Amino acid sequence: MSEAVDGRRGALPPGVSHSPQLRERLREDSYLADEGLSTAIFLALKLGRPLFLEGEAGVGKTEVAKVLSRLLDTPLIRLQCYEGIDVHQAVYEWDYARQLLHIRTAEAFGEKEDRQRFEDELYTRQFLVSRPLLQALEHQGPSPPVLLIDEVDRADDEFEAFLLEILSDFAITIPELGTVAAERPPVAVLTSNRTREVHDALKRRCLYFYIDHPDVKREIEIVRLRVPGAEEHLARQVAKAVQNLRSMNLYKPPGVAETLDWTEALVALGAKELDEGLIEATLGSVVKYREDQQRVLGESLRLLVASGGI
Amino acid sequence: MPQQKAPVLQAAVAFGRLLRRAGIAAGPDRVVEFTRALEELDVTRREDVYWAGRLTLCSRREDLDLYDKLFRVFWEGAGLTQARKPKMRVSISLSEDSVQPPKKTAEKNDQGEEMVRLRYSPVDVLRKKDFALYTPEEFAELHKLMANLDLSGTPRRSRRLDPAPRGRHDPRMTLRGALRTGGEPLRHRFRKPRSRPRRLVLLCDISGSMAPYSRTLIRFMHAGVVSGVQLEAFVLGTRLTRITRELTSRDPDRAMKEASEAIRDWSGGTRLGDTVKEFVDRWGQRGMARGSVVVILSDGWDRGDVEVLAEQMMRLHRLAYKVIWVNPLKAAPGYQPLARGMAAALPHVDVFLSGHNFESLEKLARTITGAASEKQRGGGPG
Repeated sequence: MSEAVDGRRGALPPGVSHSPQLRERLREDSYLADEGLSTAIFLALKLGRPLFLEGEAGVGKTEVAKVLSRLLDTPLIRLQCYEGIDVHQAVYEWDYARQLLHIRTAEAFGEKEDRQRFEDELYTRQFLVSRPLLQALEHQGPSPPVLLIDEVDRADDEFEAFLLEILSDFAITIPELGTVAAERPPVAVLTSNRTREVHDALKRRCLYFYIDHPDVKREIEIVRLRVPGAEEHLARQVAKAVQNLRSMNLYKPPGVAETLDWTEALVALGAKELDEGLIEATLGSVVKYREDQQRVLGESLRLLVASGGI
Repeated sequence: MPQQKAPVLQAAVAFGRLLRRAGIAAGPDRVVEFTRALEELDVTRREDVYWAGRLTLCSRREDLDLYDKLFRVFWEGAGLTQARKPKMRVSISLSEDSVQPPKKTAEKNDQGEEMVRLRYSPVDVLRKKDFALYTPEEFAELHKLMANLDLSGTPRRSRRLDPAPRGRHDPRMTLRGALRTGGEPLRHRFRKPRSRPRRLVLLCDISGSMAPYSRTLIRFMHAGVVSGVQLEAFVLGTRLTRITRELTSRDPDRAMKEASEAIRDWSGGTRLGDTVKEFVDRWGQRGMARGSVVVILSDGWDRGDVEVLAEQMMRLHRLAYKVIWVNPLKAAPGYQPLARGMAAALPHVDVFLSGHNFESLEKLARTITGAASEKQRGGGPG
């Protein structure tokens, strides 16, 4: 165990040896992490542990994997989970069409050698289509890839048990071929929206971090960083308005992703300042339930504008 | 360095033990991970120790508040080397938190444990008898009956595929078969979606007016949880409490004890609308209620704003495959849904049942299992 762990260590981006440095690098790459998240990422890389990120939709869980792949200069391999996902969609599948063709070709050329050899030939690497998990394990390159397993909570529990196996050994056994083990385990990031509780055994393999909505100050910074076209005054207004929206008891409080969408929409309209008309015109990019929109437009529009500091 | 390491390790182990005692699943493997994380960080910085622990020892959002509290007590109340003292303090701060159920209910539980096996009550009579009139012996009999209830939800189509005589073409199996016939696919194979039972979500009202029934109904939820069907259990009081995890123990008495400890608001008032809203906000909309069969066990007394309840029931109804309301008072002769909450909720309920005796619970189980045949609803929520 400890040997395997040692082998995994040191996947840090060049020039980073402790957590504050990593935080700075993330920031340079337009991702503002708070101390907790940057420590989480730092430890995940250093200890070679999968990182399990939980939180509301739109708080930037998936983004973590993307920015990591940029920082480490290594490909991002993404597995989107959904109900009913199984080995054939997540790990590998035999290429049946090609196998059939192969049989036909062999027939055409009259190769009727012994059957066993012919069958063996059908189950070789060239007929195997690799899906994300296998791709991540087979990856050849200077540094291991980032493996994003997105929305684990959507897959069913059978699949979870299977993931558990892969994430502890970083190896997969294909009955016809043998075991494929990763030379250097990928940097794994798992995300969950918490539509159901993911099994403890899986979480235990990971570092657990809950991403919350950012506070106003950090949200302003995020907007400034990600939407450079937005002037500071607008960024401030938008961030404050979004904070207000979150406290308004909406069915779906806006996440950071919505804040950014909204700002971009406003910038595209050439806005320098929030006003009622603009909010009404662009509300769809930040509040996405009809009831929520009515509530915002009805009772709270004035409140919203006032908070924006007009 | 090595002389510094030992106390850190000791402290980490003690801290882990403390968390475990408080109910956070910080097993030895996690503690090892914690010490490893500390090695990579700066042990002398409070923030580093805090995050190292939080990232490695916690695994649920519910753990986080408790962790913060215990962290303060452990690391800020005492130095690294004296890990023993603070433990006492913690146990105090915990008991403050978990208010025991009122004496009355606890006694009832005690009696249940010492139950005498008297079978004077024929099962048939028992089935029709109102739970409120049960004797402890009859409860024991009832619990045995409950274990036989089938609560598996109405089937729905899963995305997993199973072999079938017709359906979608299955190239994988077709090819396998073709190998046996010299590469000629004589027989084509097919697959079709497997069907899976729908998730079942039970919300039980534990306010004062439900007191004669709530324990029995929680027992009913326990029977469902241990029967292995996909089931989530919540109680609605002045706040929402999820007790699925507490009910997983197979021993009913132990499960009830754990559930009682988790529930801090036995027999209080109800703000039914607010707690249903909390459920929809925190769990339902994210996915737990989507396409599920949702059962609310309540008499519909709501001290809050009934408008809220009506609105939330509408939301829930749109998310769920089916909403079943079970009201123990419904069986009373001449019952009319006069409780304001009940009247507000009814338009958004698919099936309205009574739940005062075992027979009605049997009916509930049948409704859950065969929900599809009673009311056909197209697709999912519109």
